[in-house]
Amino acid sequence: MSIPVLALEKVRKAFGSEVVLEDISITVPEHTATVFIGASGSGKSTLLRCINLLEQIDDGVIRLDGADITDPSVDPDEIRRKLGMVFQSFNLFPHMSVVENIILAPMRVHSKSREEAISEALELLDRFGLCEKAEQYPDRLSGGQQQRVAIIRSLAVKPRLLLLDEITSALDPVLVNEVLSTVRDLKEHGMTMLLATHEMGFAKQVADEVCFLERGRILEWGKPEEILENPKKPQTQEFLKRVHEAGRL
Amino acid sequence: MSQEVGRGSENHSDSTPYSFGGSWTPSAVELERRIARKARGRKNSLVAAASSILVLGTLATIVVTSPGWKNLSDTFFKWAYGFEVLPKIILGFGANVFLTVIAATSVAIFGLILALVRTSRSPAITPFRILATIYVDVFRGIPMLLIILLVGFGIPALRLKGVTNNVFILGICAVIITYSAYVAEVIRSGILTVHPSQRAAARSLGLSNFQTLRYVVLPQALRRVTPPLLNDLVSLIKDTGLVSILGVTDAIRAAQIASSRSFNYTPYVMAAGIFLLVTIPLTRYTDRTLRKSIDRQNAQGLA
Repeated sequence: MSIPVLALEKVRKAFGSEVVLEDISITVPEHTATVFIGASGSGKSTLLRCINLLEQIDDGVIRLDGADITDPSVDPDEIRRKLGMVFQSFNLFPHMSVVENIILAPMRVHSKSREEAISEALELLDRFGLCEKAEQYPDRLSGGQQQRVAIIRSLAVKPRLLLLDEITSALDPVLVNEVLSTVRDLKEHGMTMLLATHEMGFAKQVADEVCFLERGRILEWGKPEEILENPKKPQTQEFLKRVHEAGRL
Repeated sequence: MSQEVGRGSENHSDSTPYSFGGSWTPSAVELERRIARKARGRKNSLVAAASSILVLGTLATIVVTSPGWKNLSDTFFKWAYGFEVLPKIILGFGANVFLTVIAATSVAIFGLILALVRTSRSPAITPFRILATIYVDVFRGIPMLLIILLVGFGIPALRLKGVTNNVFILGICAVIITYSAYVAEVIRSGILTVHPSQRAAARSLGLSNFQTLRYVVLPQALRRVTPPLLNDLVSLIKDTGLVSILGVTDAIRAAQIASSRSFNYTPYVMAAGIFLLVTIPLTRYTDRTLRKSIDRQNAQGLA
């Protein structure tokens, strides 16, 4: 069996005395999408931030392509170069145009020439139908367009793994769809992904595996049809019932 | 107009639905509202004009009819003498301009370094961070006049070898020392207003701490603090006049020399006029930048 892109072994994270992640062990094989579901505060975002080394874990091991990235001698910048991350609040740089946002990392981190970085950025923008927005500033774009630019920005460094942190939570239902179809497109192109989301319908479509998190623990982990349609744990059933009532399934 | 008219429904009845801007003519309700607004506007400007004339007129009358007015206008507004000494004051003002240019440049560099040191979290910087904090606290807390006196008279008294006794240079140093502390705090506050999520986004793209600062945090921070920095520049121009107490012949000192020779204060008024000639346009410009940056932030919405 080949080495998974990402493997977590008994990861634990606490903020002070509050334990937010406990005994998290998962593996993410190449070209698969793993979706985390769970109530707000269940630890989904923290988990993604830990993988990206934006937060330091308190115990356990995180492996990227088999190599331990939680080893203190590892340079976090080196690891983050291989990972793409998209945030709930887009976090585009407001003082830069769309294309400048995208070429920043390729130029400064991967030492590409400006011309090369721009031509690659325009190619990506074209692929996702945002070519005419290249010179615009983020505040002129709709939320959905901003989030798609953020996705493109994280793709521009050709990441090994994409971390998507509730990327549709700040969008209205119409805009959600354009962002989700972008993610679906990535999935079809074989991108390895880790997502935290509240969109159960989307989780069902795109996920190879679904993880239900509650209070920082993985309660259930399996195929989407198992978890989302026939959950075994009462907590998962309760959560899905509440989501269903809120009209999100 | 009653409510049955509805919200402009009559305008849309004959045109295609959802075609905005095409053949729109204001409805009767709207026309009536415009007439009412115009009438109110006329009334407002009439009231403003009447009250201005009343207040300013009263003030002017009180000043001009006061018993000492003749005396005062002779000592402060003797224009013939004022224009006679004007070239000397303008020459002195050249020193203020020169001081401002040198000081502003140095303050920008030194203030930025202080701000960066104070906001850095790197352990190697710790001793410098403590020093920078003490520096800012101390020099923001002492009146600038005192610092000018201490530097201008204290340093020559030490009789150190290789250290200048030139009051002009010592004056500039005193101004730089004080203003760097102010400017450092302004820049630091700008850095702190950049949301942590911007930093997180930059770091997750693989940018180093320094690159994040250079390309993401500082450009946003400096843009936000441009209006307060311009305010500080206006103050700096005025405060360069304080070095006159060391004997530097700036506009104020030149005016002082001229007025002590004739016991007439018109040169001071002339000096004030010259300062205003520079500071008022700059203040207006600052106002405009501030308004623009507020507009921009309001337009930004979520991000």
